Amino acid sequence: MRLTQGTFSYLPDLDDAQIRAQVAYCLEQGWAISIEHTDDPHPRNTYWEMAGPPMFDLQDAIGVMLALAEARATFPDRYIRLNAFDATRGVETVRLSFIINRPTREPGFRLIRQERTGRSITYTIASYAVDAPAGERYR
Amino acid sequence: MTAAAPTGAHASPMPAIPDTASDAAVAAVEARVAELLATLDRELVGLVPVKTRIREIAALLLIERLRGQVGLSSGPPSLHMSFTGNPGTGKTTIAMRMAEILHTLGYARTGHLIAVTRDDLVGQFIGHTAPKTKEVLKRAMGGVLFIDEAYFLYRPENERDYGQEAIEILLQVMENQRDDLVVILAGYRDRMERFFSSNPGMSSRIAHHVDFPDYGPDELEAIARLMLAGMQYHLSPAAARALAEYVELRRGQPNFANARSIRNALDRARLRQANRLVGGAGRVGALSRDQLMTIEAADIRASRVFEGEGANGRTSER
Repeated sequence: MRLTQGTFSYLPDLDDAQIRAQVAYCLEQGWAISIEHTDDPHPRNTYWEMAGPPMFDLQDAIGVMLALAEARATFPDRYIRLNAFDATRGVETVRLSFIINRPTREPGFRLIRQERTGRSITYTIASYAVDAPAGERYR
Repeated sequence: MTAAAPTGAHASPMPAIPDTASDAAVAAVEARVAELLATLDRELVGLVPVKTRIREIAALLLIERLRGQVGLSSGPPSLHMSFTGNPGTGKTTIAMRMAEILHTLGYARTGHLIAVTRDDLVGQFIGHTAPKTKEVLKRAMGGVLFIDEAYFLYRPENERDYGQEAIEILLQVMENQRDDLVVILAGYRDRMERFFSSNPGMSSRIAHHVDFPDYGPDELEAIARLMLAGMQYHLSPAAARALAEYVELRRGQPNFANARSIRNALDRARLRQANRLVGGAGRVGALSRDQLMTIEAADIRASRVFEGEGANGRTSER
């Protein structure tokens, strides 16, 4: 099941030229860019891990593309996303965030039904991928 | 230089590729480059070999553009440079102009200049250097990376020095991202030569070695006049003579830093002029525009350079 999240969730994955154009737009707006990765695809997992420090003061998108190539080489089988932060409000606000790398096989989510008192049922989801310990998923 | 023949004047054998690059855009670029070179001539005194080299590079880049437009092979030329010369000969200033020219010609996407030294590239402990260097390189992408006193990157006396790591990362980027980044190394000539002889990889990846000559006395005076005009001051005739003498004396003294020494001397002359005007007779408010602008001979002759004639070993600039 293809995971969709973030700004362009309704689109097919962007290719490198499109990513670069998006980054160029972000830099034009004066936003800082960061790259994050995770192997826990749950939609409520908002705390991804940083792949390198956030990039401030960049002038050209190629700098981000280099960092992205590095992140892909290090974590080829993880989800990697790119975030753009806007600091005009005095705090770093996410303005744009999209997935730029995904594992080749995405097993999807299972529905979990939990029976509670009075025959009521609570539903939740869990990714098949997270059955393996962190770091050993998507192999 | 312009291929100004009208398009379609003769049938082209390959219709997809225009035979002539007669293009309004190219003409506009050429005009802007000519303008930039003219400003260079106007605002920077002397430096004839440097200007010649910049002219050559600009011409080459323009021709490369035209060649690309008519379908001839036009690999991105190697634009990494090394600027060598004594202090105050205009290496940083020229580097900034270079960034502008490259941007105009379309060889640097942003035309910004990131000036760094060893401290910005080399880390303090193992594993610190690579991220630091890469961060600087990322910031410089699309523009010009100016490494001042580049020879400090290499410390032969310490074989475990992290500078070597920074040099290796630099070399890799200089080779692989040639159309994304132009690296300019700068420093004193003898030490740069030693740096290059111990890093042949670096030397071979730099296409343009530009040497900045020292300024002659006439050029230094012209620089002083240009600086004063920029600050809206002018010299009285006596002060101009004093300045000529000052330049002659200062050149013979230690720690002479060409244009930088002249700038410092003028700043001190401005201090003395201000002090003279405030301490003089009459109200400060009654000073005329001309008085406020004029630097007198006394303002220059009060310099330590004059009284220190023959007093060797006095190195401070006062």
